[in-house]
Amino acid sequence: MTQKSTIRVLVAKPGLDGHDRGAKVIARALRDAGFEVVYTGLHQTSEMVVEAAIQEDVHVIGLSILSGAHNALVPDIIEGIRKAGLSDALVVLGGIIPEEDFDFLKKAGVSMIFTPGTSLTEVVEYIRSNAPVRT
Amino acid sequence: MSQHDSKSLEQIRKAREEWEKARTEGEAKYPNRSASFTTWSDMEVPMLTTPDELEGFDYLKDLGLPGEYPYTRGVQRTMYRGKLWTMRQFAGFGSAVDTNRRFKQLLSMGQMGLSTAFDMPTLMGYDPDSPRSKGEVGKCGVSVASIHDMETLFEGIPLGDVTTSMTINGPAIVISAMYFAVAEKQGVPKHKVKGTLQNDILKEYIAQKEWLFPVKPAVGLVTDTIEYGTKHYPGWNTVSISGYHIREAGATAVQELAFTLADGLAYVDDCLKRGMKIDDFAPRLSFFFDVHNDFFEEIAKFRAARRMWARFMRERYGAKDPRSWMLRTHAQTAGVSLTAQQPYNNIARVAVQALAAVLGGTNSLHTNSMDETLALPTDEAVTIALRTQQVIAEESGVANVVDPLGGSYFVESLTNKVEREALEYIRKIDEMGGMVAAVERGFPQAEIANSAYHFQRQLETQTKVMVGVNKYQMQEPKRTIPTLYIDRSVEQKQIQRLAELRRSRPKQAYEDGIRKVREAAQTGQNLCGPIQEAVAANATLQEVCDTLRGVFGIYREAGSF
Repeated sequence: MTQKSTIRVLVAKPGLDGHDRGAKVIARALRDAGFEVVYTGLHQTSEMVVEAAIQEDVHVIGLSILSGAHNALVPDIIEGIRKAGLSDALVVLGGIIPEEDFDFLKKAGVSMIFTPGTSLTEVVEYIRSNAPVRT
Repeated sequence: MSQHDSKSLEQIRKAREEWEKARTEGEAKYPNRSASFTTWSDMEVPMLTTPDELEGFDYLKDLGLPGEYPYTRGVQRTMYRGKLWTMRQFAGFGSAVDTNRRFKQLLSMGQMGLSTAFDMPTLMGYDPDSPRSKGEVGKCGVSVASIHDMETLFEGIPLGDVTTSMTINGPAIVISAMYFAVAEKQGVPKHKVKGTLQNDILKEYIAQKEWLFPVKPAVGLVTDTIEYGTKHYPGWNTVSISGYHIREAGATAVQELAFTLADGLAYVDDCLKRGMKIDDFAPRLSFFFDVHNDFFEEIAKFRAARRMWARFMRERYGAKDPRSWMLRTHAQTAGVSLTAQQPYNNIARVAVQALAAVLGGTNSLHTNSMDETLALPTDEAVTIALRTQQVIAEESGVANVVDPLGGSYFVESLTNKVEREALEYIRKIDEMGGMVAAVERGFPQAEIANSAYHFQRQLETQTKVMVGVNKYQMQEPKRTIPTLYIDRSVEQKQIQRLAELRRSRPKQAYEDGIRKVREAAQTGQNLCGPIQEAVAANATLQEVCDTLRGVFGIYREAGSF
């Protein structure tokens, strides 16, 4: 039997927006759920997020954006991650994301978008069941 | 209360004991719905407060009359009978042209003052053509990169006739310089320039997180603007010491109150250190609080805030001018309380919160629009939000009486409790060496993160209820209200506009301006004058900010959670 490794999650705040309440609450909840969590801190460029994801070899990248810059930033990050070889990493997004952008973001490679009012349990369960299994 | 002598208090106490006995004995027809009842910030509240619990309460000392020390009942004698609170809706999106149009719409609807929201790049001191600005231009507010944008923003609005509030902090010194330069161009005399600069950098490190420089030089810039404003712009509120963002980041009401006042004390200390006199600058300090869901907790917070600030100013700093003692405040309903689910419910939330702000004696108010958890507000949603204030002002009757809740046993005891707990926080912060030191060691940041997590946990367990979110949910059609969409063309246009400015401006004047800013920063002079000269010579926001970054360095926060 192969041992399933602990799920490693990068919680990232790309762009200039400083709203980190949600990102921090999620980071704590994921840690309390037994995941290994790395939080980038604020004001990250797309390159910085990609670099952190590679360095930590994460299974999951959780992006938090509340400034409206998601359509510009998310595709850059996902492209960077895939190019760098983290092809199986699960990318989820949280924040103020209008529904009309969902299709675009999903096509860009976001697997799930969590909007305000989502419960912590929902996020934890989604990640637990969808994070890639690496042996 | 003081109107009861000790004999009647004793009688009340006895009657209360009997009542408690009767209440707890035997099977209650309606047992309590919950084991404990707490405010939104998790402060336990009693079922009932009787006068005996306010023993020692001294009317003149603790409340006083409206417009008199310690201002618990309000800073004006006649309050809203004399002048309604200023209805001031925060607005800003897209380009300066777009926001100028929204400003004119709001003024035509009866709004009394303007309030400007800037986009993320502006808040962080980046120009629209910086790689860091990608995707952010005009999204959360208006993009202002040069004096030309500022001119467009207020085109057709005489700056001597309106009061303008500007939510800008890290680069406040640059943005205010642009505003002053535009006023000068319009021919407005300095004493007629009226408004408020948010300019509260400490709460950026604590909560809002839009910073440029390390803490100490950043506070020095705030002091520069206070010094300069005091000297040249007597009608300008130099700082709006803000609890709003602290609360929105997850703080409790007590934490919001304590951290905000502690920020204010830190600015006062820095000004005094520079040799300014308390009564010269304190009258122009203003405040900005959140007004959240819990009706009485919020009212108590506003009342406690006024009393605490008055006492700090008079007792700690020896201020003699009554205007130094007065805490004048703007309030905004709680953005975080709005829900994307069943968004029309937000209209009701905002109305309740706005009523609390008015009963709490706010001097100015922004009511949030129902659609703000989805996107920037549409014209219709903004209209409803403003009308909500007008209904309170004109129809409800609450504006006809000064502090109608003053003397309520419950409200007074809650005000005392909020004050007591906030003072305990301030004592801790004083022990750390004041707010600058507390921020550098991450104290308020950690306290807020803990409260935010605690609250989220309470939502998960339904200990706290948000209607439509964790209770009374229902299936909703995909999107039930229209939203405002800012497209990327704003960014392209702003970049072009800036390129044109860089091409056409006279090089010598702009370079001289930047050089003088650098020299002033290096030698520790007040930077307001040199920056105004530089922006008038078409230096852009980022050019000035980069010059300062070169001297002061930048701030990085440890990514703890």
